[in-house]
Parts: sequence; structure tokens; C-alpha cells
Amino acid sequence: MKAIQIDDRDNVATVTGDTMKGEAVEVLSPDGKMILKAKPLDDIAFGHKLSLRRIRKGEEIIKYGEVIGVASRAIPAGEWVHIHNVDSARLKTSGEEVRGVTV
Amino acid sequence: MTEFLGYERPDGSVGVRNHLLVIAPIDCSYEPARKIADQVPGAVAITQTHGCGADSILVHNLVGTALNPNVAGVLIVGLGCETLTGEMLMEQIEPSGKPVHNITIQELGGTLRTHEAGVRLLQEMAQDAANLRREPFPVSKLTLAVECGGSDATSGLAANPAVGVAADTLIDEGGAVIFGETQEMSGTQHLLARRAVNDRVAKDVYTIIEAQEARLKAMGVDSRWMSKGNIDGGLTTIEEKSLGAVRKGGTKPVQGVLFNDWDRFGRPSGPGLYIMDGTGWDVPSVTHMVAAGAQVVCFTTGAGSTTGHAIAPVIKVTGNPQTYARMTDNMDVNAGTILDGSESLNSVGRRIFQMIVDTANGRLTKAEALGYHDYIVFRRSREAEHLLGHC
Repeated sequence: MKAIQIDDRDNVATVTGDTMKGEAVEVLSPDGKMILKAKPLDDIAFGHKLSLRRIRKGEEIIKYGEVIGVASRAIPAGEWVHIHNVDSARLKTSGEEVRGVTV
Repeated sequence: MTEFLGYERPDGSVGVRNHLLVIAPIDCSYEPARKIADQVPGAVAITQTHGCGADSILVHNLVGTALNPNVAGVLIVGLGCETLTGEMLMEQIEPSGKPVHNITIQELGGTLRTHEAGVRLLQEMAQDAANLRREPFPVSKLTLAVECGGSDATSGLAANPAVGVAADTLIDEGGAVIFGETQEMSGTQHLLARRAVNDRVAKDVYTIIEAQEARLKAMGVDSRWMSKGNIDGGLTTIEEKSLGAVRKGGTKPVQGVLFNDWDRFGRPSGPGLYIMDGTGWDVPSVTHMVAAGAQVVCFTTGAGSTTGHAIAPVIKVTGNPQTYARMTDNMDVNAGTILDGSESLNSVGRRIFQMIVDTANGRLTKAEALGYHDYIVFRRSREAEHLLGHC
């Protein structure tokens, strides 16, 4: 399985297919270069993110080389990174999102 | 310097198509206008659906489409009693030096007589337009519009950044790029403002995004919340969603914000990247950017889209390999090769840039080859804008 780290500052990568816990994941740059090998701690669905290293609680989550949120709890390397462990850095998310309020 | 083969217009602009535009200023005269356009090769009819009042937003969009260099000549077909008259449009089109004619159904005595008069005028313009030859011009003469629709998790990863690479390349060669959909910039205002060339542009970036957030709140929608589909697809925060969307505009400095209200209709004033303050609905957004002068459109999609345009080629780019396979009749570029690591982002970006040049040279997009002529003018509610204190 593969994942893409979009910017070299990113601490998360996006998996490009449904990924099983423990499966070997090759993390690639957008230019297709192998950056590292990761071992997911969870099942991770296509388009979702995996942490590339240990992220402390309150630390910024970086994707596209930009801040996409802050860790709401400590995230070990290889964990699925999503709304259960990340808050918006700019706009407080309430958890209501999952009810499907559409924009 | 990359060159393309285009049609030079009297005002010095260069078209990539040689269309004749038939404008029905109001929908009342659209059916006869469409029949007239159907009779003559290269002619296409447009209208708007917001009534016959002389609303300046409607005038800006219709006139802007006529002024687009992809248009060789213009025929206006009105009913006759509308407040938004053909003369109002002509007045603003004539300085371009393009041939422009204005007829009305009530004056000519019905649609059959109007059909005869309209076809005769178009026939002559079509003969003259066919005489024009494509000549080489630098791609600095091009303005590219970028749009995304039917986005999924692949959009921010593959299609949008790949189109962004092509947008950056065009700007490096002296061209202009427009991207819009203000709503999909929510959460990135600080980043876009940081890329603004000066404080005024940075302030404009904040102004348009905050105004859009206010509109959403007034509608009872909280702009902080994303859809269930976004979250199921792996987008965690609004910043992440918007960062993926704005990647389609590339990485260059923001030269200006193009406003679209009753007093202003912005167009790129030089090379570089411009933000269009506009709707997130795909067809009106493309309509608006082409009215601001874009000769070519790149449209990224995840789930798939069919959008074309009345006078501009729309190149469809998908980052989802399954969509490319499933909707190949509608997709021009497969950027999904980035996802399996079989092709680099820059390589796909170069392919898209080449596709832009080939399309400018005259190669038909899938939407063109299927005869799609999408055109919808978007207009905000003036009452709502007044109540929100936006005008």
C-alpha cells in the first residue's frame, strides 16, 4: 500500500487505498520518491491520513506544508489521524460535523 | 517562450476559438435566438434568467462574454420591450472593434422575420470569421480559469496540485490565471492573504471570504462545518478542505481580487494569479471567469463532471483513476497516476500545460466534441446583500 506526503514539512501522509492495520505502507513524495516505510496502527480508509511520527498533544498537524489543525491528544506514529484526535486550529469544531450539516 | 496558434482580435487580444455569439439579453427571446444560432456553423446562443431589468451584474457578464477573445462577432436578439436593451450591450461591445448587430422581435414583426434577419447577419459574420487564420502568439496572451467540482479525496492530492503546477508554468511564461469559488477558500484567508502582493489585496482577500461566511451564516449554515461526505472522505478540518481546493490556483503571489458586484466587474489587469469573488456553483463560476476574459478553462473533478462552456474549451482533469476509467468520455486528463506513484506531480502538471497549449491551438476538449455549451449567469440577491451590509 502507498501513502503520499505532499510537502516535506508534513507530519501526516494520505493513503491512496484502503489500508489494513499492520500492512506495510510506502510513503511517497508527490514526485514518487520513497520517503519512509510506515506501519499503520489502525485500519485507514482511502483518502484518510496516517501520522508519520509521534505528535504531542497540542502540536500542529501539517499537511500541504501548512497547519490543518492541532492534535487534541498525543498521536503515536502510524495512527489514523482524523476528527477523533485533531481539532481545527482556526475554527473550533464542535463534533456536530458528523451529523452531516452540509456547507 | 511557448507559443500557441490563435486568432487576433481588433483590440489586440487573441482568441483560441472563433465563435459567433448570439445574445438573448433576456430569456423571452432565447428560443428564437437559439434557432438562429443553430442555423449557422460556429454560432452559439446565450441568455440569462434573472428578468429583464437593467441589472449591471447581468450586463457585465453578457458583455464580458462578448468581449472574450474567443468571440469573433456578436448578434443580439431581443424581444423589444425589455429594460435591459440590446443598445446597452452594444455600447460596451462596440469599442472592441468586433462586428456587433442588434435586432428585436417586436420591431421586426415576429420570429420568422427575425430568424431571416438574424441568420443573414450571422451568415455574413460567419463568412468573414472563417477568413481569419490562426497565427503564433506567446502563451502570455492566455488567461486560464481553474475550477473544481465534484471533489473527492483525490482532488487535493492529485488533480488540484497538478493543475496548480500548470497554472504556475503559465504564470512563469507571462500568462494570467483566475481561480474562484470564494466559499472554498474559507479557512485559508490567512494563507491567501500572506501571498497577496500588497496590503490592499490582502485586505480584499479577507473581505470576500468573510462576506461569504456571513452569507452562509445568514442562510443558517455554519461555515465551520463540513459535510458528512467530506469527513467520511478523510477531510478533518475546514482548513484541510480549503487548502486542497486552493491548490488548483498554484503557488504564485495573488495579484488582485476580482470583485463581481453591481459597481465592479474585475478582470486581470496583467500577468499572474487573480482570485475571483464568485459562486461555488460550477457552471456559473466558469461562466463568470470566461466573462472576465479566460480563453481556456481547467476543471478538476473527483467524482466526475460534464461541464463545458458556450465559447471556451473546458479541460477536465480527474485525480481519481476509477473516475477516469468510468467517465472517460468526459475526462481529458488522468492525474490519478500521481496516487499510485507511477507518475510525478510535476510530470502530470507538464502534461496538463501541454494539453492547455494543444487546446489553445484548436484541439477540441471532450465537452466541446460532445457539443456542450453550458452558460449560466449567477447573480446574488441584492436585497440580502443590502441587509448584510455588503452594498
